[in-house]
Amino acid sequence: MTIPPGEYFVQGNDACVEGALASGVKFFAGYPITPSTEIAEGLAQRLKGQNGVFLQMEDEIACISAVIGASWGGAKAMTATSGPGFSLMQEAIGYAAMSETPVVLVNVMRGGPSTGQPTKASQGDVMQTKWGSHGDYQVIAFAPATVQEMFDLTVECFNYSEKYRVPAFLLSDAEVGHMRGLLRVPEKLNVIDRKEMGIRRTDEAYDVPDDLVKPFPVFGKGHKAIITGMTHTETGRIEPEDSKVHSDLVRRLNEKVLRNRKDINKWEMIGEGSKTMIISYGSSALGAKEVATKDPNVGLLRLKSIWPLPEEPIAQAARGAQRILVCEMNLGQLFFSIKRVAQDAGCKQVELLSKLGGEPPTPSEVRHKLRSMGAV
Amino acid sequence: MDIFEFYRKDRWPHVFCPGCGNGTVMNCFFRAFNEAGLSLDNTVFVGGIGCSSRVPLYINSDALHTTHGRAIAFATGLKLAKPGLKVVVFTGDGDLGAIGGNHFINGCRRNVDMTVICINNNIYGMTGGQASITTPHDFQSTTTPYGNKEYPFDLAEIAVAAGANYVARWTTRQVHELTKSMKSALQKRGFALVEVVSQCPTNFGRRNKMADPSQMLEWFKSNTVRRDKAKSAELDHVDLNLAGQITVGEFVDRNRECYEELIGVEKHG
Ligand SMILES: Cc1ncc(C[n+]2csc(CCOP(=O)(O)OP(=O)(O)O)c2C)c(N)n1
Repeated sequence: MTIPPGEYFVQGNDACVEGALASGVKFFAGYPITPSTEIAEGLAQRLKGQNGVFLQMEDEIACISAVIGASWGGAKAMTATSGPGFSLMQEAIGYAAMSETPVVLVNVMRGGPSTGQPTKASQGDVMQTKWGSHGDYQVIAFAPATVQEMFDLTVECFNYSEKYRVPAFLLSDAEVGHMRGLLRVPEKLNVIDRKEMGIRRTDEAYDVPDDLVKPFPVFGKGHKAIITGMTHTETGRIEPEDSKVHSDLVRRLNEKVLRNRKDINKWEMIGEGSKTMIISYGSSALGAKEVATKDPNVGLLRLKSIWPLPEEPIAQAARGAQRILVCEMNLGQLFFSIKRVAQDAGCKQVELLSKLGGEPPTPSEVRHKLRSMGAV
Repeated sequence: MDIFEFYRKDRWPHVFCPGCGNGTVMNCFFRAFNEAGLSLDNTVFVGGIGCSSRVPLYINSDALHTTHGRAIAFATGLKLAKPGLKVVVFTGDGDLGAIGGNHFINGCRRNVDMTVICINNNIYGMTGGQASITTPHDFQSTTTPYGNKEYPFDLAEIAVAAGANYVARWTTRQVHELTKSMKSALQKRGFALVEVVSQCPTNFGRRNKMADPSQMLEWFKSNTVRRDKAKSAELDHVDLNLAGQITVGEFVDRNRECYEELIGVEKHG
C-alpha cells in the first residue's frame, strides 16, 4: 500500500498522498477543486478494499463532516481542498476543535477572494486557518516549501492531530502542490497514534498529560461516549449555560496547543545572527532562501509550522537583527504577528514584501526590497 | 430489555416541552430496537442540531451530536470507517430537509447502511417556531406572520426518488405501525428513512389553533390517509393543509446493494 523506501521524482500533491498513506490514513473524503485535486485522485487509486475508504462527496461540508465521523470510528482521516472549499468547511473545523477530533485538512492555497485564481498560488488563507471558524480555538498548521515537505509535513499533520486531538492543516499552495521534485521516502517513520481510552501504552503520545489531552473514546467499545460541539463537561454532559464549564473547556482547548508550542513548531534557520533577517514560509520562502544562501549578510528564518505561531524562533531571529523582511503571498497576514514578536524582541524595522498575482517573490524582488530597506 | 434501560437517566430532566412528540418517538423506537434484537453497545446514535437531534444524547450508548444539517455526512464517514457499527440518525425536518437537504438526497442515493429517524414537526422547534420546509401552506409561524406562502417538501417522497432502500411515514398517532416500520428500517441493509409527523404544541400547535397536544393528535388522526406500498398509489402528496391529507404507510422496501457492499469495505471492518 505504501511505496517502498527510496527516491522518487514526483509532484508535491503526490508526495502528500504518499505521506498520508505512510501515516496510515484509512479514510479520505474529497470534492474536486484545483489545485488540490491530484490528492483526491491519488487516494482514489490507493484507498481501496482493505487499504481504506475513498469517498467523493456532494460538497466540502459533507467531506469534512464525514472525515470527522470517520475519525470517531477510529480511522486516521483526511480531506484536501482549496479556498472556496476551505471556506465551506469552517463550521465543521470549529466542531472538530470543540469535540477534539483528530483530522487532517490539506489546503492547497489558490488566489482569492472567491473563485479568484484557481490555478495560481497564494497564501491568502493563513489567517482564515487560524480564525476561520467562530469562537476561540487553536489549530496546528504546517507550511511546506518543497516536494519533500509535502510528504514530511503531511506525516507531522497526522502525528500532531492524533497527539493533541486537534484539526491539523497542511497549508500548501498551488506552487508547491504542482511543483515536481525529489521525494526521499525514509526507511523508518515516526508515526503517532491517538491515545485511546482503555488502552495502556507507553509511547510518545503519553508525554502529554491526560488532563490536557483526554484519552480518545473510540465508538463501539462500550464507552457510551457523548461527543458534541456544545459546551460540555469531561463526561460529555452538555452544559451550555454554565459559565465555568465553558470557560474551563475553551481555555483547555487553547492551552493544550499553546503550552506545547515548542513541541509542535518546526523551522529552518540560515545565517542566524545576521543584521538582516528574512522571515518567510511555504513557497514564498524559496526566493528568499536563494538570497540568504548566496549573501553572507542576509539570514533566513523559514517557518515550517505557522500555527501555533512559532514565537521563540521569531524572537531568536529578531534579537540580533537590525531589520527584518517578511515575505508573503498576501497583503500581510502572518506579517503583523511576526512584527509584534520581532519588535518585542528588540528589532525595530520590520517590513513586508507582499506579492499577489500567483507567483512567489523572486530572488531579485527580494534583493530589491532589501536594498530599499538599507540592507545589501 | 426494559424500555427505561435505554435512557441515560442521569441526563434527566430533558429539554422537551410537555406534550412534545419526541417521547412517543423514542418509546416506539426503543421497542423496535428491542424487537430487532440489536445491541446498544454496538450502536452509535448520530444527531444534527434541533430538539429532535437531541434524542441521541438521552440514549444509553455512544452519541455523536454534530452540526446543523450534517448528521448524515458524519454518519456516512463513521459507518464506512467502522462498518461493524449500527448507525442510527435522529434528525428534524429543518435539519434533514432544509440545511441538510443535499446530504439527505445524496445519502439516499449513496445508500450507505444507516437508519434515519426524521421527527417532522413541521416547524423549527428549538429556535422558537420559525417556518420550516414542511410547514403547510398558509399556516402560521413566527416568520410567516401572514401565513406561509411556500409549499412544503414531501421528505418521504424525496427519499423514494433519491434511492433509499426503505421509506415509511407515520404520525405519532399510529404508534403500532410506527414501531413496526422502525423495526423494518433497523433490519434493512442500506439507507432507511422513517419520517414521523409529530406534534410540537408549543411552537406549531399554539400558533395554529391546536395548542393542546391532543388537538394535534386529533388532527393527525382525521387527516391521515394510508397508502400501502403494495397498491399502486394514485398521485399523492403530503401537503398538510387543514383541508389536505397526511399520507402514511410504507412507501418503498427494496434491496439495492448498499455502498459498503459495493466497495467491499464491510469485509474488513
Ligand atoms: C448553521 C446553523 N444555523 C442555524 C442554527 C440554529 N438552529 C438550531 S436548531 C434549528 C432548527 C431545528 O429545526 P428542526 O431540525 O426542524 O428540529 P426541531 O427543533 O424542530 O426538532 C436552527 C435553525 C444552527 N445551530 N446552526
